Amino acid sequence: MATAAVTHGHPPTTTGLDHRKVAIWAFIGSECMLFASLISTYLIYKGRSVVGPFPHEACNPPLCATPLHAILNIPVTSISTFVLLMSSLTMVLALAAVENKGKPGYGGLFGSSRLWLMATAILGTTFLGFQAYEFTSFVNEGLTIRTNLFGSSFFTLTGFHGAHVTAGVLWLLTLFSIDMKRGLGPKDALLVDISALYWHFVDVVWVAIFTLVYLIH
Amino acid sequence: MDNPSTHADAVSAEQHHVMGEVHEHPTWKQYKWVALVLTLITAGEVWVYYIPSFVAGPLFVPTLLILSAVKFAIVVMFYMHLKYDHRLFRALFTGPLIVAMSTIIALMFLFSKLTLTR
Repeated sequence: MATAAVTHGHPPTTTGLDHRKVAIWAFIGSECMLFASLISTYLIYKGRSVVGPFPHEACNPPLCATPLHAILNIPVTSISTFVLLMSSLTMVLALAAVENKGKPGYGGLFGSSRLWLMATAILGTTFLGFQAYEFTSFVNEGLTIRTNLFGSSFFTLTGFHGAHVTAGVLWLLTLFSIDMKRGLGPKDALLVDISALYWHFVDVVWVAIFTLVYLIH
Repeated sequence: MDNPSTHADAVSAEQHHVMGEVHEHPTWKQYKWVALVLTLITAGEVWVYYIPSFVAGPLFVPTLLILSAVKFAIVVMFYMHLKYDHRLFRALFTGPLIVAMSTIIALMFLFSKLTLTR
């Protein structure tokens, strides 16, 4: 198995590990707690809405003013989930391109960190586009954050996740602009590694949300 | 005259070795295989969602939870490199994750979403 050994240069520390990487893992750990609280709130309120629309069941008068179908759009969300999973692939390819810049086998277009960073940002933006479409269609069908318990917990949970994706896209665009300005090389690998860890975390949170919110009923 | 940054890099590289932080990442080919597996699992999840007899059965929820956990673990191990990284990073992630999952399960029992009896 061919592998690439990676070292990140940083001043000596008591643990021998770069503080920035320790910090991002600690931050990700704390984010686990945040999303656990949001997910558990959603699960506790699940099935306790007294008026529609409902996530997985049709809603008929008098619970709804007009008959409504189940509001969650699984085909569209499945595509957006696929898009986010693919963005994780492009992110690891961006990191590999930065770590191995100048090495044999990492030249050309597919060895370009700019290509993969921009691809990740575009896929992240596409995911946000799907989320904007979903939110808009829900509001048009009569589900807002104030409609019922499902609306409150759903928009809070997925809204927080969308805000994290937005921050990730901005982070990626910042790295892309640095790459365009002076080029990112092996010495900058830690910068890209940290943003990649954040991005993958956003991805795994969506893995949990997709199953718990959209598929299980 | 010594270049300080070069010297620091050399020292830190040695320390990385001592602390075992020098880690191997998967290759491009492996990353693509991981992406394929993640896609197939997601397709499988959506597929079982559209089988009414399976959805009504007792295995629906456990199957989805297991598939989701497998996807979660694959991303964390291979894309986040936790399989290859220093054990402190593993502890910083798995510790809070265990607390978070325990909290969710405890709250589910507290609000009667989960019960030990039928």
